[in-house]
Amino acid sequence: MGKAPKKRSLADKVRKTKTSSEIKNNPFEVKINRKKFDVLGRKSKHDVGLPGVSRSKAVNKRKETLLKEYKQKNRCSKFIDRRFGEYDTKMAPEDKILQRFTMERQRVHEKKDVYNLNEEEELTHYGQSLAEMEKFNDVVNSDDESEEKGLLSAELTASHFGGGGGLLRKKALGEEEEGGQRAKSRQELIEELIQKSKQEKRERQVQREEAQELTEKLDQDWKNIQSLMVKKTPKADKQEEKPKLEEYDMMVRELGFEMKAQPSEKMKTPEELAKEEREKLQKLEADRLRRMMGEEVVEGAQSQIHFSADDLNDGFILDKHDKKTLAYQDGKWNMGEEEEEEDEAEDEEGEGESSEEQESDAEEDEVEEEEEEEEEEEEEGSGEDDGHSDLESEQESENEEEEEASPKPKKTLSKEEVKAQQEAAKAELPYTFAAPESYNDLKDMLRGHTSDNQRLIVARTQKSNHPSLAVGNKLKLQKLFGFLLEYIGELATRSPPELSTIDKLIPEVYALCQMFPDAACKAMQSILGDAAHSMEETLEVKGHAAFPTLDMLIYLKVTALLFPTSDFRHPVTTPALLFISQALTKCPVRSLQDLTSGLVLCSLGVEYVSFSKRFLPELINFLVGTLHLAVQDKASLGYIVVPPFRASGKYSDLLVLSSSESCRSWSKKSLPLSATQQLDLENDPDRDTHRLTCLSTCLDLVKRCCLLYKDLPSFTHIFQPIRTLLSKHLSTQTLPEPLQELSSEIVEAISSTPVTQSALVFDKRKPIPLKLLTPKIVEVLDYGKKRGSTREEREKERLKHKYKREFKGALREIRKDSRFLAREKLNEVMNRDAERKRKVKELMGSLATQEGEWKSLKRKKK
Amino acid sequence: MAPAKKRNVSSVKTAEKSAKKAKVDLSKTVERILESRKHANDVFDILESLQAEQEKEVIGAVAACSELFCALLERKELFLGKLPGEEDALSGGYSAEDKYRIFMRHRYTSCVEILLEHLSHEQYDIKESAMCCLMKFAAGEGRHPLEDLDWSEHYSFPRELIQALVDNLLSKATDNSLLISRFQEFLEMEDVRYYVMSSIRDNVGKVMDKSKGAVVPVYQNNVFTLMSSISMPNQESELTNFMVKQEAKHEDWKAAKLHEHKRVFERMWLGFLKYKLPNSMYKKVLVILHDSILPYMSKPTLMIDFLTAAYEIGGAISLLALNGLFVLIHQHNLDYPDFYKKLYNLLEPSVFHVKYRARFFHLANVFLSSSHLPVYLVAAFAKRLARLALTAPPTALLVVLPFIYNLIRRHPSCRVLIHKPSAEDEPFEDPYLTDEEDPAQCRALESSLWEIKSLQKHYHPDVAKAALLINTPLSEQEDDISETLEVTTYELMEKDLKQPEIKSVPLEFETATRLLKGRGDVLGQHFCLA
Repeated sequence: MGKAPKKRSLADKVRKTKTSSEIKNNPFEVKINRKKFDVLGRKSKHDVGLPGVSRSKAVNKRKETLLKEYKQKNRCSKFIDRRFGEYDTKMAPEDKILQRFTMERQRVHEKKDVYNLNEEEELTHYGQSLAEMEKFNDVVNSDDESEEKGLLSAELTASHFGGGGGLLRKKALGEEEEGGQRAKSRQELIEELIQKSKQEKRERQVQREEAQELTEKLDQDWKNIQSLMVKKTPKADKQEEKPKLEEYDMMVRELGFEMKAQPSEKMKTPEELAKEEREKLQKLEADRLRRMMGEEVVEGAQSQIHFSADDLNDGFILDKHDKKTLAYQDGKWNMGEEEEEEDEAEDEEGEGESSEEQESDAEEDEVEEEEEEEEEEEEEGSGEDDGHSDLESEQESENEEEEEASPKPKKTLSKEEVKAQQEAAKAELPYTFAAPESYNDLKDMLRGHTSDNQRLIVARTQKSNHPSLAVGNKLKLQKLFGFLLEYIGELATRSPPELSTIDKLIPEVYALCQMFPDAACKAMQSILGDAAHSMEETLEVKGHAAFPTLDMLIYLKVTALLFPTSDFRHPVTTPALLFISQALTKCPVRSLQDLTSGLVLCSLGVEYVSFSKRFLPELINFLVGTLHLAVQDKASLGYIVVPPFRASGKYSDLLVLSSSESCRSWSKKSLPLSATQQLDLENDPDRDTHRLTCLSTCLDLVKRCCLLYKDLPSFTHIFQPIRTLLSKHLSTQTLPEPLQELSSEIVEAISSTPVTQSALVFDKRKPIPLKLLTPKIVEVLDYGKKRGSTREEREKERLKHKYKREFKGALREIRKDSRFLAREKLNEVMNRDAERKRKVKELMGSLATQEGEWKSLKRKKK
Repeated sequence: MAPAKKRNVSSVKTAEKSAKKAKVDLSKTVERILESRKHANDVFDILESLQAEQEKEVIGAVAACSELFCALLERKELFLGKLPGEEDALSGGYSAEDKYRIFMRHRYTSCVEILLEHLSHEQYDIKESAMCCLMKFAAGEGRHPLEDLDWSEHYSFPRELIQALVDNLLSKATDNSLLISRFQEFLEMEDVRYYVMSSIRDNVGKVMDKSKGAVVPVYQNNVFTLMSSISMPNQESELTNFMVKQEAKHEDWKAAKLHEHKRVFERMWLGFLKYKLPNSMYKKVLVILHDSILPYMSKPTLMIDFLTAAYEIGGAISLLALNGLFVLIHQHNLDYPDFYKKLYNLLEPSVFHVKYRARFFHLANVFLSSSHLPVYLVAAFAKRLARLALTAPPTALLVVLPFIYNLIRRHPSCRVLIHKPSAEDEPFEDPYLTDEEDPAQCRALESSLWEIKSLQKHYHPDVAKAALLINTPLSEQEDDISETLEVTTYELMEKDLKQPEIKSVPLEFETATRLLKGRGDVLGQHFCLA
């Protein structure tokens, strides 16, 4: 036992002397861990072990730590080295020394210089004394000392870097090598440090000198060339010379921060514009189709909402950047002091109004003229500095956008002579209007004006309260939309209804709606909701309801104008369509007015579905019912009428002509919308004319429906009642020529559609793929980890495993420690025993010699 | 009699004064009469003012009467037994006491008569107070019977009074529904209810026999209102609230037995329904039949005649009769031949538009839930409903489409209606016969539900989505239609109107310049602004 450690230490010694490759190649040192099976592509660290090496490592480590502790056991005094970084193994010895040095310096400095106010340590910048820099001028410096310093530095650098002989270099190298192997003494290090810094200083000086030299040379050259230039443009030269270097710098800097002229887009040709327009329309159309199919709306749709189809570009952009771009005008910077003056009515002309309106709006023409003039002027101005025209136009358009809404009454007033007559009429209209706070305000504002003026007022209100002008304007205009709708409703309920005013107001309503889609949607929804709610209530009480009044019909029409009717689901048009269908099913027809209302609703219904071709059963039901009203003989029908119509009853003969003579004199005329509210037809011929007009409207709608629903699989069944009605009942009656033709056309259209269909089948699904036999390759990134459970479980597993491993490792370590300690203790005991034995032996030896000597002496004595 | 004349004069006085005065006077008079018999003649004053013009005065008089006669009944100062004539009383050998009682009894009878007349007064207040007063009398009489108990089989219940009250309540000329609803509170009492029911039966018999079977709408309406306000007890133990307590033989009293109640109830209804009714009355009766009439009848099967008759009428009445028939078929083993054929023929476009749509589909769902129905029948129903769906409003469509899908789910062999791969490529005409009445002959199984395919283009997104389901195999789970049964159009609208957050509202991109102009404008082609 006692010999084993000795042996090992010997082995360790041997091992130490050997290089690592030698050890690895020695088959006696290597232990190969046998694998159960080979896994392709897996690299294992532990296939080869070096037990000897690792054991000796472990033993050494224990000797350093455990053994020391053991030795220190039961001792109370301990030596602690408090020098900086003494126990920090991570620090390089050089760093340690450096740190210690600086700390010492600091300590000394603090103590020494507490009361030393003036003589502080020299401050440096890039290794140069600041004091020196303050004292001397650059120029002087370069003039006087450059040569000397340069020489000096050159010498020094030479001696340090390559300038010296091989000896020097060798020495340096040797030094370095030595430094690498053994720690330098402090003194050496400091010296080196000082040397280094000096060296750097010198280097820098040399560089500066060189640069100075070069610039001087350049100056010299420049002066030579300058003299040449002087002859050509002496003035420019003088000017060039004048500004001092600082000024120039200032200017450069200034220019750097200055606004820059941005490149503008090039002017577009009319063809390009048209093409763009078409593309935009195509995109919008595609969008509409997508919505019609009920697909999800992508977020991107939002962006184009602010543009109308013909893109007015008249200030509907809500957030635009206010930063002005640099532009030149008349050779000066256009800093935006001279702003384009735009009249608020400008956009109307761009809107492409009918020519009559333009005539009526003399002012608009005028403004246009003005603008053109202005533009001409500017073009002249800009003609001088050529090449800037695009910049200018850019700036102009910018200004246009910004300044659009700001009213400028002065200009128009100045040109009053042009059309004095019309101007006089307009003169009383102010150019700015406060946005109405309540509905009554709006009414007061519009009261007593002609419909054109009312429209103008609304337009100006809208312009003068453009959201970009003030914070609260957005809300005001949103309210204005609600009030306008209310106003339209009121106009429609007046008797007689002022529909032409409504007609005039439509563009304004549309424009407002484009600005605030959400508010418009809310306003329209509340109107529809209220109407539907009241209808629902009457239905609950009475079981039937009266036809919606004219204002509601107008609202429905306006809805169709403002919102797309073809969407699969739309927050406004879907309820509106439901409302129409509700009215068509629940409102019994009791008079010709009712019938007219019903036909208006039918027309609206057709309009709503005309693009999407959606099936509106109530529409067909109502048309069948209407045709049924015209049938004289109600004995054998052959078809079924759907409520609210009845096969027979009090009001089932509403459309039967009183005399067949009226057929001859009848000609198709448009029905007035007011006929839905009141209809004063005194005599029978008038009534017959109205009846025939209704009938013709109805037939036309039927025809449209025929075309719309032609592709429905059950087209024939849907139109079967109409076909029976037209071919069996109405054809026998006397009707005017056009109606006869219309009805025969319809019958033809119905009978020409194919009756046969193929049977229904489910949509074809993708066939379920066969099971494949090739192995499923799953990329596994975490080998050896358990899979197939939840993340938490896996984490728990992992931790458990780790704990187990660590526990085992710790146990092993402890065991090894105790074994090591036991071995050491045993060693100690053995050593002690051996010592004792040796001493006893020695003693015994000496005693024996003593005894021997004594005996021999005794023998001698004998 | 002199004071009466004096009172007469005073009653001509101005309205308010007299009314006020009369009230004070009347209460004083009542006190006086009750105080001593010498003021007995003042009762005429009260009766006088009972017939006055003024509403307030009459009401005051009614109150006075009720106070007076109730007190008299309490004191037993009204003559008992068979009442001799007034003249007889004076001449006959009665004691003064008896004479007074006879006199008072006569006044009581005349008072009751006046009050009964008042039941058909124009003023509701008078009617109401008269009725309440009469009921008080009835209660008083019940406690202190005016008849001899020996020969009365009716256990001291003022049967005549109730009969007279009911007779007057069921007026032939005026609609008494308000009064009847007031009367309902008295019907809470078991014995009152019992006797009212039998009175109604007698009354109906009398009146209808007189009219010889012709309909008397107002009268029948009154009768119906009264009958429908009767709420029957469910258990014998609930019979506790009596107006008149019978001291003896309470157990034997008919009014205290539930089965007697049921018997009378049944006879009352049968007696009423025996005669021809106006159409609206049929509907009303049928609406309440299944849950407030049938359960309380002792033999519900007796209703079968009425229900079959109603079922034959057609239209909405037939729809309603279904409910009663269902109860009979389901709970009382009624065998109804050709039930499904008739049900099939009930399906016409108006089914979707009538008020009772929800009830009808609920029942139809129950009837067609049986898995033992033949396939041809189910297919016929599905096809018929699909055909009708072409004319239905969206609310109905949202019921009908899941309904049809449920039928197909329950009977997988009906799947050919939406999936017929064998005949995929050869187009053919729809073989379904719309006008065929017999579901067995209508060839629905050979057809396909193209109607639903058409509805995929329906304007309402929900309907279109529902119709799209036939493009793929239906899920196993049945749709629950009970939630959508009662949905109204407005509720459907609210789904769109009350959307919490709309991301962005799509707008019409075509600029609107005029009201009646623009792409796809149809209105402007037929109508002009004017």
